[in-house]
Amino acid sequence: MAILVDKNTKVMTQGFTGAQGTFHASQGIAYGSNYVGGVTPGKGGTQHPSLNLPVFNTVAECREATGADASVIYVPAAFAADSILEAIDAEVPLIICITEGIPVLDMVKVKRALDGSASTLVGPNCPGVITPDACKIGIMPGHIFKRGSVGIVSRSGTLTYEAVAQTTAAGLGQSSAVGIGGDPVKGMDFIDVLELFLADEETKSLIMIGEIGGQSEILAAEYLKSENFGPGKPNKPVVGFIAGATAPPGRRMGHAGAVISGGQDTAVAKMEAMAAAGILVADSPASLGSTMVRALKG
Amino acid sequence: MNIHEYQAKELLRRYGVAVLEGHVAWTADEAEAAAKKLPGPVYVVKSQIHAGGRGAGRFAEDPNGKGGVRVVKSVADAKAAAEAMIGKTLVTKQTGEAGKVVSRVYVEDGCDIKRELYLGLLVDRETSRLTIMASTEGGMEIEEVAEKHPEKILKAAIDPASGISGFHARKLAFGLGLEGKQVGSFVKFVTSLYGAFQELDCAIVEINPLVVTGAGDIVALDAKVSFDDSALYRHKDLEALRDDTEMDPKELDAAKHELNYVALDGEIGCMVNGAGLAMATMDIIKLYGSSPANFLDVGGTADAARVTEAFRIITSDANVKAILVNIFGGIAKCDMIATGIVEASKNLSLEVPLVVRLEGTNVELGKKILAESGLAIIPADNLADAAQKVVAAVKKAA
Repeated sequence: MAILVDKNTKVMTQGFTGAQGTFHASQGIAYGSNYVGGVTPGKGGTQHPSLNLPVFNTVAECREATGADASVIYVPAAFAADSILEAIDAEVPLIICITEGIPVLDMVKVKRALDGSASTLVGPNCPGVITPDACKIGIMPGHIFKRGSVGIVSRSGTLTYEAVAQTTAAGLGQSSAVGIGGDPVKGMDFIDVLELFLADEETKSLIMIGEIGGQSEILAAEYLKSENFGPGKPNKPVVGFIAGATAPPGRRMGHAGAVISGGQDTAVAKMEAMAAAGILVADSPASLGSTMVRALKG
Repeated sequence: MNIHEYQAKELLRRYGVAVLEGHVAWTADEAEAAAKKLPGPVYVVKSQIHAGGRGAGRFAEDPNGKGGVRVVKSVADAKAAAEAMIGKTLVTKQTGEAGKVVSRVYVEDGCDIKRELYLGLLVDRETSRLTIMASTEGGMEIEEVAEKHPEKILKAAIDPASGISGFHARKLAFGLGLEGKQVGSFVKFVTSLYGAFQELDCAIVEINPLVVTGAGDIVALDAKVSFDDSALYRHKDLEALRDDTEMDPKELDAAKHELNYVALDGEIGCMVNGAGLAMATMDIIKLYGSSPANFLDVGGTADAARVTEAFRIITSDANVKAILVNIFGGIAKCDMIATGIVEASKNLSLEVPLVVRLEGTNVELGKKILAESGLAIIPADNLADAAQKVVAAVKKAA
C-alpha cells in the first residue's frame, strides 16, 4: 500500500541528462526504484550517457514508449513551468517538481492547467516523494528511511529528514513521505496528502510539518478534526510541528512561502489550531519521534 | 524586491495607471525646482524610504516636529520641508526604533480628496489566483481592516485563462459605492494596474489610499510595489530600481553569494541547510534559552567557498557569541560542508565556540574530516544535543 508511489511506479525524468537529473536518477535507481527513461529536448533517440536508459524529445513520446506514470522535474526555474505544463498535456498521472525559484505567476498558470486534468502535482521547491524500500523520487537521502507505519507530509525538505531519522530511530519507520514544497502556489497541499494517508491501511500514524505563512496548516487541522478524529473515524494519531516561531514578521525566511504577512499565519496561531484539532504538537523539532511514541502509547 | 513610491508611480504611469504629477528630489534645491514645475498651489513633500507609516512617523532629530509626509502651500515651504527631511532619520512603526535615513523626497502635486479607498493586488495562496482586494477603509492598514471589519474587504479572484474582465472591476466599483463617472475611471485604473502586475511580475501592489477626487477622477495617492524575486531574471531593467542602502549590509553581502540570510538580534550565529531546518534551528535555540543572531540557509549545493562566505558574514555580526552549524545532508554533502568549515576556520581565525552537527549524505566522511582537522570544534550528535551545547557555550562565555 503506502501512497502515491510503490514498486510498480515507472519513473521518467525531465531534465534527464543534466547534472541534477542524472545524479538523482542514478540515486533513485540505486535505491531500487523503477526508472524507465527521460526527456531532454534535442537529445531524443539517444541513450543516457551513464544510465543506459532512453532519452526522448518530448514527454508524450517518453510516456508512450516507456509507459511512465510518474515524472520528476529537475529543469531550471526559468523553464520548469513549461516542463510541468508539458507533463500535464501528456497526461502523466503524477508529476513531481523539485525545482526551486519558479516565478509565482508561472505557477498560477500551471495551477489553472491542473484543474480538470489527469495529473496530480507535488511541489515545486520540494524534496519529492518516497515509499521506503519501493520507490524514491527526488533528492532525499535514501539510507535514513525504513519501511514502516508513519506517514509524513512536510513543507520543508530538511525537516522531513529530521522526522524520518527520528521515526526510524524510534523503530517506527515510514509508510511514505511527501514533501509538498515551500512555495506559496503549489500542487498538492496538506489536505490532499492527509486524505491519502487517512485512507491508507499501512499508515497508522501521521506527522505533519508546516511553517509560517499561509493558512494551509489551519485548514488541514480543521480537516483532521472532522475527518480523522471522532467516533467512526480513523483516529490515527497525528504529531505536528510548525517552524518559524522565532521568525520576524514580514521577512521571507528562505522559502518563497515562508513569510508572516499578518493574521493567522504565525507559528503560534498554527500550533494552537493544531492542538485544538487534536493534533499533538511537538515543542521542539528534535522531539518529533518521541512525541509520536508518546502518542502511540495513548 | 521593494522599490520606492516615486519609482512605483513612474512605472505604473507607463501602464496607464492614474497617478499625480511629481518629481524626485535629492536636495532642497531640487525640491524647490520640482515644486516650480508643478501646477500648485498645494504640494506634498514625501520622504522616500522602504517602509510604511511615513506620515505618522517622526524624525529622530526632531521627535516633536512634523511627520515624513507634509502638505505645503508654497514653493518655499516645499523647499523647507525637503530641507527638514533629507539626511534625517525617519522612525515609523515599520522601521523599528533605528529608523531609516531619508536620502530623497518626492514632491507631488496636491489633490482635492473627496474619498479615500484601498486597492491591493496579490497572489492569493488559498485560490492560487491573482486577487484584487478593495476596501472603503482607505488609509488604514489592510491587515487591521481584515481583523476588525472583514466584511469591508471586497475581493475579485482573476482566472488566469481569461484574465481580467470589465465585470470584475465594475463589481468592486459598485461595492465601494462609486457612481457616475467614477465607475469608468475606476475600471480603467484597476485594469491598468492588473496589466502592470502581470507584465512586471509583481508580488504585491498596494494603492493606499486610492482617492476619488472632487472632479470624480480615481487616482493613486500612494503606491507600494514589490516584485517576485524569482521572476527578476526576465526583467533586467528593474534591477536599476534596486536601492541597496535600504538593505542590511550583511544581508546584501549574503545575497551576492547566493546565501539566504536574514539578520536577527540574538547571540548565536546559525548556518543550516534548508529553510525549514534553518527556522527550526532558530526555534530550538530559543527553546533552550538563548536567541538566534540570524537565519541562514546555505543551500543544497554549498561548497567550501560558500561555507567560508557564510562564516565570514555570520562572524561580521559583533553580537555573535557562538556558532551552530546544523546540516542534514540531502543534496548537500557533509564532507563538502566539513571541508568548508575547516577552510573557513583557518582563513577567518574563528574566536567564538563552534558547535557542529552533521547528519545525512556522507556523514561519516564529514565527521572524520572535522575530527582530523585539529580544530576546537564541539561535535553534536543530534539537533537537541547541538542546541544544548551551543547554548551552554554561550552561557559559559558570558
